[in-house]
Amino acid sequence: MILSRTYRILIVMLLALALPGASSFCAHAEDDAVTSAAIQPVSPVQTDSVSAHTGLEMPSDSAARADAAPMVAGIAPEAEPFNPKKMVMEHLADSYDWHITTFKGRHISIPLPVIVKSSTGWHVFMSNRITGGGTYKGLYIAKEGSHEGKIVEDVDGDQRRPIDISLTKTACGILVVCAIMLVLFLTAARAYKKRNEVDYCPKGLAGLLEWLIDSILDSVIKPCVGENYLKFAPYLLTAFFFIFCSNLLGLVPFFPGGANITGNIAVTLVLAVATFLAVNLFGTKEYYKEIFWPDVPVFLKAIPLMPVIEFIGIFTKPFALMMRLFANIMAGHSIILSISCIIFATAHLGAAVNGSMTAISVLFMVFMNCLELLVAFLQAYVFTMLSSVFIGLAQVKHEE
Amino acid sequence: MELSSVAAVLSAALAVFAAAFGISKIGKAAMEAISRQPESAGNIRTSMIIVAALIEGVALFAVVICFMAL
Repeated sequence: MILSRTYRILIVMLLALALPGASSFCAHAEDDAVTSAAIQPVSPVQTDSVSAHTGLEMPSDSAARADAAPMVAGIAPEAEPFNPKKMVMEHLADSYDWHITTFKGRHISIPLPVIVKSSTGWHVFMSNRITGGGTYKGLYIAKEGSHEGKIVEDVDGDQRRPIDISLTKTACGILVVCAIMLVLFLTAARAYKKRNEVDYCPKGLAGLLEWLIDSILDSVIKPCVGENYLKFAPYLLTAFFFIFCSNLLGLVPFFPGGANITGNIAVTLVLAVATFLAVNLFGTKEYYKEIFWPDVPVFLKAIPLMPVIEFIGIFTKPFALMMRLFANIMAGHSIILSISCIIFATAHLGAAVNGSMTAISVLFMVFMNCLELLVAFLQAYVFTMLSSVFIGLAQVKHEE
Repeated sequence: MELSSVAAVLSAALAVFAAAFGISKIGKAAMEAISRQPESAGNIRTSMIIVAALIEGVALFAVVICFMAL
């Protein structure tokens, strides 16, 4: 019963995800081939290798976005070398469209809505108007400078950032994660509501989720938070599953995944701020007394040495949470991308070298992906555990 | 390469080295404790992860500073 419903929901979800994408597939490369060729350095080496290794290349490869348009057969002598740093950075960064693949020089990507307030007022339009290098109402994507890759406008001769609340790739990825979590947990909740004496034990999806939730609740939240753990369990479990789903989706290289969600410092900042609020808004009187007037000799408090250190400690804890998640996921993604860069960087060295390096690269990539699966769980676990510990530390009761 | 980026890279290496040293000591102590008292493996693992995360936090501060200096 549950399984069949799960399948149905999965199919509906896949359709819902695929349809807007299919209806608005855009191929904006060809029109802008001339402009992009003029602005961006053409790299036929890379273009060549991309088409040669389509099977091995990550499908969300956007490095070839502008470069792949002018297909050049063979290697031009003035070819610019493949730039791994630029390719890795482009994959890690947020973008205005969701690039899926480049097929025979055409970019297949899903345009996302751009919402900006420029000097001429609010503008809402789809990103395929500007991602190919176009300009729409004075707005365009900066190719270089401090706002590289962001929407800018020219005001009085210098580039200026408008107020930008666009639905970017990362924001879209968050929505996908939310949809997946809603489907998972609402299905499980319905299975719980419908159970009876005969069929009491949860099965299928609900059973899996019960096992996961119970293990996190019993091994992390209960011992770390303390007696009133039920008050904080909803937040901590939500944070755990959000981070876990985002990490896993970040490892999937093709469309519904591929967005670098928890490797975006803004996302981890919001998560850390949520923990900061949970710790400090629900902190007891004793918690604040320990910070501002601890039980230490008076000279340590008169010159406010201890209180200052403790006060800074309030902010360093969530800061470390933010940096840990961001840096771990970011590092994992860049390692995988760098390993895949080996293929393209050795493309001009001939078939033997390139072939063997490709084999090595694929082996390493499989290994790194397995490691990243572990990291995906571990970072969600560590975030939840440290949040629980910080919340538990703020729940001190005065010992009688 | 500029001198400042050399310094940044070297200090990042130093920070990672120190963090690895600290975490290795925790891991060693935890392994020994678990082998001595296998029944309290869960508690030891929890404390080990917390302490390792604290060390990692400091190391990440250092790496971020190095990254800004790069």
